[in-house]
Amino acid sequence: MAALGKTNPNVVALCADLVASLKLDAFIKDNPQRFIQCGIAEANMIGVAAGLAIGGYIPFATTFANFGSGRVYDQIRQSVAYSNTNVKICVSHAGLTLGEDGATHQILEDLAMMRAMPEMTVINPCDFNQTKAATIAIADFEGPVYLRFGRPVVPVFSEADQKFEIGKAWMVNEGKDVSIFATGHLVWEAILAGEILEQVGIGAEIINLHTIKPLDEQSILQSVSKTKCAVTAEEHQLNGGLGDAVCQVLSRHLPSPVEMIGVNNSFGESGTPGLLMEKYGLNSRNIVHAVHKVLGRK
Amino acid sequence: MELTELKNIASQVRRDIVRMVHSCQSGHPGGSLGCTDVVVSLYFDIMKINEEKDETGFLKFSRKGENEDLFFLSNGHISPLFYSVLARRGYFSIDELSTFRKINSRLQGHPATHEHLPGIRVASGSLGQGLSVAAGTAYAKKLRKDDRQVFVLMGDGEQQEGQVWEAAQFAAHHELDNLIAIIDWNGQQIDGPTEKVMSNKDLKAKYEAFGWYTVVLANGNDMQLTVDALKDAKQKAGNDKPVLVLMKSDMGFGVDYMMGTHKWHGAAPNDEQLELALLQLPATFGDY
Repeated sequence: MAALGKTNPNVVALCADLVASLKLDAFIKDNPQRFIQCGIAEANMIGVAAGLAIGGYIPFATTFANFGSGRVYDQIRQSVAYSNTNVKICVSHAGLTLGEDGATHQILEDLAMMRAMPEMTVINPCDFNQTKAATIAIADFEGPVYLRFGRPVVPVFSEADQKFEIGKAWMVNEGKDVSIFATGHLVWEAILAGEILEQVGIGAEIINLHTIKPLDEQSILQSVSKTKCAVTAEEHQLNGGLGDAVCQVLSRHLPSPVEMIGVNNSFGESGTPGLLMEKYGLNSRNIVHAVHKVLGRK
Repeated sequence: MELTELKNIASQVRRDIVRMVHSCQSGHPGGSLGCTDVVVSLYFDIMKINEEKDETGFLKFSRKGENEDLFFLSNGHISPLFYSVLARRGYFSIDELSTFRKINSRLQGHPATHEHLPGIRVASGSLGQGLSVAAGTAYAKKLRKDDRQVFVLMGDGEQQEGQVWEAAQFAAHHELDNLIAIIDWNGQQIDGPTEKVMSNKDLKAKYEAFGWYTVVLANGNDMQLTVDALKDAKQKAGNDKPVLVLMKSDMGFGVDYMMGTHKWHGAAPNDEQLELALLQLPATFGDY
């Protein structure tokens, strides 16, 4: 946001009492007049953002993912998506890795909700660098965007000055035996899984689907045409998330065995991010297990 | 504009409303008729809008509305009124009013931008959102140093939505003194009188406690009083606080059998009732 503040005079930032968590301090320091504090009133924040967009600004409405999706679904639906206002909903602390605050804050349904909404672009970057690149990219994109990211619990492994292309998957690693489609924090787990699999001679093609919608169908089909099977991995419910999106593409165009890593119809709980990922079956070992399973179904 | 002229426009708009709702046998005539005078006053007298026309002879519409006064309709169900006023003001052809609520129309049941109908800036219908949107656009005008004003109309039943109060608090906190909200205080909602369904108590005191100026319009179906109240609100604006016009109105005003009841909130007249209504409303500018 600090970088955007310097380059795009139409960008305004809104926040619902979470300035430090969203790391908006630098933007506010440089552009005090372009920061709009909304207080703990997210529904109003979404409406105000829509109004600012009508007035010609590019509002970035920021809060935790739980409060920027389910809590304000109808506001996003009517004032943002249906009205096609140029609002960027940028939400942090998505998923289990929020950790100790527990299930009230661990939204695991937001991708499903936002995917279902017409006109909405849905992005879930994998690390700090990609989040920064995506934040800059969506300012130049005309239309509503839901940008979802987590707490920084994974290493920064993508390139520092990458060009972020909305809707274009990132091929992290080429392989011939299995396609692993991952999004968000699970891209890092997929990379770790790929290293383990390599030691036993399995070549995993790891693809970062940072854009959930529009989905890069071509990259999915190209990869599975070669590997003949796939594993999906996301920090989200299995219902309605990336896995469902990938399966929809494959079942229509290229029916193939798929295993899905995600939270299975359950709320989260308090704990450290690492232990939660383990308990809910979202780490590299689970991905490795899913790969073995899907290879057996080829 | 002359008062007689405004009254004539209001009569024609009321005819349009009743005919539109009759034609598709659905929609919300009650609130539309009750708010006719205030919306006609805004578009034909109070607000400064861009008078330039495009090559087809209709008003040029910019969603951004720079250097224009803007109007948002939050209680979107009174869309027949909004559409009739926009067409009569010259944003699109009055012939299009016949498509209201029908398939492939730009005149959706509730106002929408999706079909690109000129004059509509945001979708409304799901209640409680318009004040927030209007506040956002008022904020944008402040940032751009555009000194025009933003008007928004809400229902009194709509005040039951929590988001309205989030927005009321926001507008006062950020000193949006270019924002003028109007509440259609007709005392009726779908399930009955507002006092019975969910009492608003003292709306004037509530908004004042939130940090707003208030203007009470004792009869929003008297054109003179309506114009005067809106001018009063414009006078009060620009002094660090948003302004509320609390407008007493009669739901169904202009059609005797639709007045004083919530029964015509969302019901369409049959052929006979239509005739009865039209007898009471002179066709001052010609029907669509």
